[in-house]
Amino acid sequence: MKQPASKLEKVLKSGHFAVTGELGPPKSADVETVKHHADEMRNHVEAYNITDNQTAIVRTSSIGVAATLMQMGLEPVVQMTVRDRNRIALQGDLLGAASFGVRNFLCLQGDHGKFGNEPGSKNVNDLDSMQWINAVKRMRDDNVFIGGEELEHPLPNIFIGAVANPFADPFEYRPYRLAKKIAAGVQFVQTQCIFDLDRFEKWMEKVRELGLHEKVYIMGGVTPIKSLGAARYMKNNVSGMIVPDALIDRLKGAQDKKKEGLNIAIETIQRLQEIEGVAGVHVMAIAWEEMVPEIVERAGLYPRPAVD
Amino acid sequence: MIVGDRKPLAEIAEMLQPYNKICVLGCGACVTVCLSGGEKEAAETAATLSIWRKKEGKEVEVSSETMLRQCEYEYIDELAEKIKGYDVILSLACGVGVQAMTERLSDKVILPGLNTQFFGYPLEQGVWTENCLGCGDCVLDMTMGICPIARCSKSMLNGPCGGSQDGKCEVSEDVDCAWQLIYERLGKLGVIDRMDPVQPPKDWSTSHHGGPRTVVREDARVETTSEQA
Repeated sequence: MKQPASKLEKVLKSGHFAVTGELGPPKSADVETVKHHADEMRNHVEAYNITDNQTAIVRTSSIGVAATLMQMGLEPVVQMTVRDRNRIALQGDLLGAASFGVRNFLCLQGDHGKFGNEPGSKNVNDLDSMQWINAVKRMRDDNVFIGGEELEHPLPNIFIGAVANPFADPFEYRPYRLAKKIAAGVQFVQTQCIFDLDRFEKWMEKVRELGLHEKVYIMGGVTPIKSLGAARYMKNNVSGMIVPDALIDRLKGAQDKKKEGLNIAIETIQRLQEIEGVAGVHVMAIAWEEMVPEIVERAGLYPRPAVD
Repeated sequence: MIVGDRKPLAEIAEMLQPYNKICVLGCGACVTVCLSGGEKEAAETAATLSIWRKKEGKEVEVSSETMLRQCEYEYIDELAEKIKGYDVILSLACGVGVQAMTERLSDKVILPGLNTQFFGYPLEQGVWTENCLGCGDCVLDMTMGICPIARCSKSMLNGPCGGSQDGKCEVSEDVDCAWQLIYERLGKLGVIDRMDPVQPPKDWSTSHHGGPRTVVREDARVETTSEQA
């Protein structure tokens, strides 16, 4: 058996409920704010997802920010979408990131370019996310590029991640799509933000029935809602996301919306810990990164396990 | 026109394996003109399929039909009765025809007998060339009639690149360098200064990169709607 590729894999493997955070790179080359946020949660997460030109908006690259995190002694999960790079660039960038120590990669499709700040751009989509997952696995395990040529030296061990969305349609197909990602080579998945826990539990039921939770580490995605407007926006404008009316009503009825938003996130994480097959939580506190320590502590997940 | 190329017979035979009553359906439009999916090709394909299956010991009832345009509901409706009894329709239309047929005759299985290649035209008898990508924002005015999007391998708007040699593209000796052609054309027409401006990044959202496209013409619409209803 190979040694775990990363701290994240170690924590998951040891059976601890893992915690990852998320950092969104800036629309500039000044990464001071990202460094600040990374520092804030340094004792509360195993690793940090770094988004890849998220929502098709130009930002410092995920690999660039990963280099900064590595210098800070922190562990990145480098997101790589297939939207902006063909297979040559994807494979080359993966090698580049691995060359300075990145071990967690999260392979995803990426939002369509029309949603971002370069709506006139080409959407590359040379590979799809499934093919990209499999390509990374084959580079690691079989030492070959997609085109069949061999790598000059074997890759270090890499922990392969992907996303799963229990809230997209067709709902019945979603667990099978996860199964397909597992077959392609994925080892951990992070889900879309969970606001509809009933639907998530239904999805998990099927996931367990198929035995998928024993083949992949499933990390539930949780986002603390900062305001009623944010909740409504996600409900009405973000495809593949479900925000139940009950949640909107609860926020509406609350005196302090922010406090209630935090409470909801914390309760969600507590419930996730009770669900068989959920291996961890991915906290996406976008533009609210400073709350991650409080969320993790109040959810009963602090201190983080020492695995080294 | 849309240029197609018939799939290899082995591939067609494989996809038709489960079926025993087959109609090979030609299309009277583009693919007739490019000699890949018209009446003649449909008859030939049907005959060859019949022999192929006989050799395999799995005899099959196969015949051929041709219709004017598989990409229009009006013609599809006229055909519907005729093809009722078949298990499967092997369409020799382009991908547009196969899908229009599938949409309109949703209880029938329509399979593709062609590989749809491109928008192009015949250079000479038996040779077709690609010259339009349907990008949704034509630049032929800028280049005086030669498309750099379709005909430059890199779709450059400020070419030629460093791989242009002896009028040929670095991709293949069989491919002309579109920017060599544009350069010569602009020179001949006395507008060589059109090479000078730095052309900004193209807005690809008008192409497939903006997602699957629909053209709506309100002036034409009323009639179509009443006809369909």
